[in-house]
Amino acid sequence: MKVADKKRLLREMLFARRFEERCYESYVERNIGGFLHLYSGEEACAHGVLEAADFDNDYVITSYRDHIHAIKWGADPRKVMAELYAKETGVSKGRGGSMHLFDVNNRFMGGYALVGGPFPLAAGIAKAIQMKRGKEISICFLGDAANNQGTFHESLNMAKLWNLPVLYVCENNLYGIGTRIDRSTAVVDQYKRVSAYNIPSAQEDGQDVEKVYKAATKAIKHVRSGKGPYFLELMTYRYRGHSMSDSNAYRARAEERMWSKRDPIIMLRDRLIENGQLTKKEYTEMDTEILDQIENEVIAYANESPEPHVSEVGRYVLAENDPWVRGGVQ
Amino acid sequence: MAEIMFWEAVRRAHDEELANDPMVLVMGEDVGVVGGTYKATLGLYDKYGEDRVIDTPISENGFTGLGIGASFVGVRPIIEIMSVNFAWLAMDQIFNTAAKVRYMSGGQLEAPVVIRSPGGTAHQLGSQHSARMEKVFMGIAGLRVATPSNPRQAYGLLKSAVRCNDPVIIYEHELMYNMKGEVPEQEYFHPLEGSEIVRPGRDVTLFGYNISVHWCLQAADLLSSHHGIEAEVIDLYALSPLDRAGIRDSVTRTHRVVIVEEAEPMVGVGAEVMAIINEECFFELDAAPVRVSALNMPIPYNHSLEKAVLPDANDVVEAVRGMFGV
Repeated sequence: MKVADKKRLLREMLFARRFEERCYESYVERNIGGFLHLYSGEEACAHGVLEAADFDNDYVITSYRDHIHAIKWGADPRKVMAELYAKETGVSKGRGGSMHLFDVNNRFMGGYALVGGPFPLAAGIAKAIQMKRGKEISICFLGDAANNQGTFHESLNMAKLWNLPVLYVCENNLYGIGTRIDRSTAVVDQYKRVSAYNIPSAQEDGQDVEKVYKAATKAIKHVRSGKGPYFLELMTYRYRGHSMSDSNAYRARAEERMWSKRDPIIMLRDRLIENGQLTKKEYTEMDTEILDQIENEVIAYANESPEPHVSEVGRYVLAENDPWVRGGVQ
Repeated sequence: MAEIMFWEAVRRAHDEELANDPMVLVMGEDVGVVGGTYKATLGLYDKYGEDRVIDTPISENGFTGLGIGASFVGVRPIIEIMSVNFAWLAMDQIFNTAAKVRYMSGGQLEAPVVIRSPGGTAHQLGSQHSARMEKVFMGIAGLRVATPSNPRQAYGLLKSAVRCNDPVIIYEHELMYNMKGEVPEQEYFHPLEGSEIVRPGRDVTLFGYNISVHWCLQAADLLSSHHGIEAEVIDLYALSPLDRAGIRDSVTRTHRVVIVEEAEPMVGVGAEVMAIINEECFFELDAAPVRVSALNMPIPYNHSLEKAVLPDANDVVEAVRGMFGV
C-alpha cells in the first residue's frame, strides 16, 4: 500500500472514530433516538476490507452497526448524521434510523436489525450478479454472534452449492450483545465453522488495517475470479457497549485496557510516525480538521435539515401507481 | 376460451413469465427436476435450465431471503414454498425484509418477489400440514396478498404479481390444483386489487375467497332452490389490500352478510370484513353479520374429526337460514 493511501486511511478511520463519538454525544443530547450501535474500535475491519474492494461496482450489506460501512462505501456523512437525526435529508429520508442506513446509488444495500438477516440477502445479490454475468461481488459484514443463526448455515450452503460471488466478513468482537463468545458458541474460531461447507476462509488481526487489507485483497481476488464464496474472520473489539442501552458491565476492565493498546488508529499512526511518514503535528492538525468538519458541516447539516412531513407518513409502504396492480395497461 | 386445470394455469403463467424476461427465475423445493409437488413448474427445468428453475435445499428462511436479496438488484424471483406451513420458517425474511425494505430505505429499495404457496386443509395431512395462513400475511403492511379461486385467477394473478414491484404472496389451495376452468387463450393479467361478483343476488351477500367461494356458490344454489333466497357471492381474491368499496357496494345492495373462511375465526378475514362493514356501511345492515369459520383448534388427523373442524356449504346454508328465520 502506498504511503499516501495509508495516510488517507488513517484520516478516514480517525474520521470514523470522531463521527461515532459525536453520535454518542448527540444521543446523550437526545438529538438521536432509538437504538444506537457504535463501531469505535472496529474501524480497521470496514476500512481494510473495503479499501480492497471495487468502489465503483461492488455491493455492500451489513447489520445495524452500519454507519461507518455506509460512509466508507460512499454515503455522505452529513446525510448519515441527518438520518440519525431523523431528518428528511437523511440517507433513508428519516424512515430508517441508525440501524437502517441505505445508499443504493452507491450500492450500499442497507443495514438490517435482525441478527443474521443479511446472510441470505447478500447471497441473493450475488445470485443476481451471477445471472447478469457481472464481475462485481457482494460483500456482507456481520458480527460473530450472527453465526449462531440458521441463516448462516443456510446461506453458506447455498453460496457454495451455487458458487456465488459473495464475501462474508465476520467482525469477531468477542461478544454477542452481552454474552462472551465462549459462553455462547461451541467453536470459538469462526473461520473453522465454514469448513463444513467447503468454503475457503481465513482469520486475521482486525486491528491492523494493513493486515486486513492484505487478507481482504486475497479474499476478494478469490471471489471475483469466479471461485465462489470466501469467509474472512477479523479479530476485533468494540469499545462501547452493544448499544447505548448497554451498561457494558460484563467485560473486565483489564480486557478493555489490553485491547485499547491495540487501537487500529493509534497503531497505524505510530507506524507512520516511526517510519518518518507522518509527524505528530500533522496528526494533531488532521484531528482538529476532522473535529471542525464534523461540527461545522456534519452536525450543522443534520441540525438545520427539516424533518419529514407528517402528511407523507404513508409513502413507501407500497409501490406508487404500479400499473400491474390493476392488471397492467391493456 | 380453453378449459384447463388449475395447475396447468399456474404452470402456463410461470412459462410465459420466464420466456418474457430473462431476469425471472423460479426457486423452491423440488420445483426443478421434479417439476413441483403440484406440477406448477413441470418441464420448465428442461426448458430454462437449472440457473433459472432452481431446486433449493430445504432452507425456507434462507432461500426466501436469497430471492429477496436478488430482487434488490433486478431479478424477479417466483419463490415457491412447498407448503404454506413451512412459510413460518421464512417469516423473518418475508416480514422483516420484504415487507419493510421499501419503507425503511425511504423508497430506495424494493423487493419485487412473488411468494407462491399451496396451503389450506387437504385430506388428513395432520396439524402441521393443514395451516391456513392468509390471515398472518394479511396482517403485515407492505405485502400484497392474493388467493385464486379458479384457474383463470391462478394464471392472471401470478402474471401480474411477477411484474408488480411489491412483494406479493399468492396463496393457493391444495385441493384445487385439479379443478378445471376457462382461461383466456391470449395473455391475461388479473388485477391484484378488487373483488369479483361471481353470482348476483339481492337478499344476502356471501363473501368467500379461494376454496370458500365454492362453498358459497353451492350454498347459494341450495338457498335459491330450497328457500327462495337469492345470495350474491363475492370473491375476495385480493386479501390485502381488501376491496373496501366492493364490500360496501355489495352490503348496500343486500343488507345481509355472511363471511365464509376455511381458517379459524380469530383475527381472520371474517373479522376484518366485519370491521370494514362497521366502518363503511353499518347503517345499511338489516341483520348482524355472521362468519362461518373453522373451529379454533389445530387440524386433527382423523377424517371425521377433520371434517368436524372445517366449515362447508351446509354450514353456510344454516347461517343464512338462521339470519332469515327459515
